[in-house]
Amino acid sequence: MNGVWPKQISRRFLRVWQRNFSVYRMTWKINFLPPLLEPLLYLVAFGIGLQSLVGAVRFQGQTLSYMTFIAPALLSVTIMYNAFFETSYTSFVRMYYQKTFDAMLATPLTLEEIITGEIAWAATRSLIAAALMLTVISFFGLVHYPQTLWVIPLSLLGGAAFAAIGMFFTGLVPNIETFNLPIFLFITPMFLFSGTFFPLENLPGWAQVLAQILPLTHLVNLARAFTLGLWQNRLWGSLLYLVVFTLIFFPLAVARMRRRLIR
Amino acid sequence: MTEPVVETEKLSKFYGDFKAVDGISFQIGQGECFGLLGPNGAGKTTTIRMLYGYTPLSSGSLKIFGRDIRQDLRAVKQHIGVCQQEDNLDPDLSVLQNLLVFARYFDIPRALARQRAEELLRFFALEGRSGANIRELSGGMKRRLVLARALLNEPKLLILDEPTTGLDPQSRHQVWERLEELKTRGLTILLTSHYLEEAARLCDRLIIIDHGRIIVEGAPAELVARYVGREVIEVVAPTEEMRDFLKRQRADFEDLGHRLVVYNQNGDELFIHLAKDFCRRGCTLRQATLEDVFLRLTGRELRE
Repeated sequence: MNGVWPKQISRRFLRVWQRNFSVYRMTWKINFLPPLLEPLLYLVAFGIGLQSLVGAVRFQGQTLSYMTFIAPALLSVTIMYNAFFETSYTSFVRMYYQKTFDAMLATPLTLEEIITGEIAWAATRSLIAAALMLTVISFFGLVHYPQTLWVIPLSLLGGAAFAAIGMFFTGLVPNIETFNLPIFLFITPMFLFSGTFFPLENLPGWAQVLAQILPLTHLVNLARAFTLGLWQNRLWGSLLYLVVFTLIFFPLAVARMRRRLIR
Repeated sequence: MTEPVVETEKLSKFYGDFKAVDGISFQIGQGECFGLLGPNGAGKTTTIRMLYGYTPLSSGSLKIFGRDIRQDLRAVKQHIGVCQQEDNLDPDLSVLQNLLVFARYFDIPRALARQRAEELLRFFALEGRSGANIRELSGGMKRRLVLARALLNEPKLLILDEPTTGLDPQSRHQVWERLEELKTRGLTILLTSHYLEEAARLCDRLIIIDHGRIIVEGAPAELVARYVGREVIEVVAPTEEMRDFLKRQRADFEDLGHRLVVYNQNGDELFIHLAKDFCRRGCTLRQATLEDVFLRLTGRELRE
């Protein structure tokens, strides 16, 4: 039974999503702050501090200001963080400390619906954060409309991908401290080496190949194409990568959580 | 005869070689309050978890409302209310929101959920607290809220796993009164408890399980009569002569070293004799309780 595509999912997973949305709404002012302020911090630090050192960036035959280059990366990192931290730390707290899933399992909800609802919610958080951040960035004229609007649906897909792998780790870790491991070994290297703060072409060949394995690389590729308005057909590959990544880690996450919770 | 609400047949749960629940069969009738008692690790919680579909069965059969739980789990869960042992109220939500959000898991329409939530908060004397944070509630209030939450879907079966563990006597009595009222409304209840007094007061019928098996089944008063009689004598610091005397009298007693418990006393002749000839103090004649039955049948060694 483990490892196969979950069958026990009805639209009831939305009830789990709704629960998280209700909690989010109560503290929306606090939740809205990071995506609104973070880009401002980066823009000040990099725009004023670093841009004078870096100057312009050559990217796909174009000369871009450093801020224009990293704006889509900031969006991508926000999408990754919001989804991954929601289904790792936050879901773990709900599962382990608050016993929220135990309470849900005594209702008509199935475990599959609970996990799906959590992942859907984490993707929604990515979407909200990306939309807020995009609004701020737009004031600085760093993005290209209307193509940039594709970042919104992209944030749902990217969010789902990172939410699925976050939930997979939640099914795996023995305690909450262990999340440091995937963050140190997976999230942080991605943050730095996915074509976020410098073009991948600056890396040695082998590292470029390695970077193609990382989901954030593909998310950044797509986000940058949308904000610059430079779509290329080879980006279908990145889109496919994110879809396949999600389709692999979603059932894996459900299987791990089933093994963890159902005894 | 109406169909039983719960019907188990050789219900079992194995974890590797360990038999947590080892072939237990019982039925719970409509409107009955049924007790599931046993020492720690006897298999109570595992049994209850199988009943609400949290733990899959290893073997045997389990029907609730006449439906096989393996086939119709979701439909069955729609009509069960569960009060789990661990406190799992949602600390991210207020008292009222806990109920409203939980009602959504059952697809209860908003307006109806609100109406029921308010009724239940009143029933459990929590109406003044509806905006409070869960962390501000006392243990008794939390328990009552968990009970209120378990009743939101107007269950046909209420499952209570140690509903009063850790409560002070006032809170415990308040919970009992509410449960008794629910009983008079005809609700079917399955209860586990460590408090034998609680089981004796609430349960129409009960089973005592140990090592995953049923040891006895019956009504509380009937079990007391059958296994320990109407009254028992307790003797503190017994002497050898006293033991010899009891043996000669063929009395049914248990020797705990520093204490003797003499069962099946129907009348006070033996007690008067004992008190007069053997102990100046330290002899008590008291009413037999379910606790005597429990300790007699499951032994006195500690379980963990």
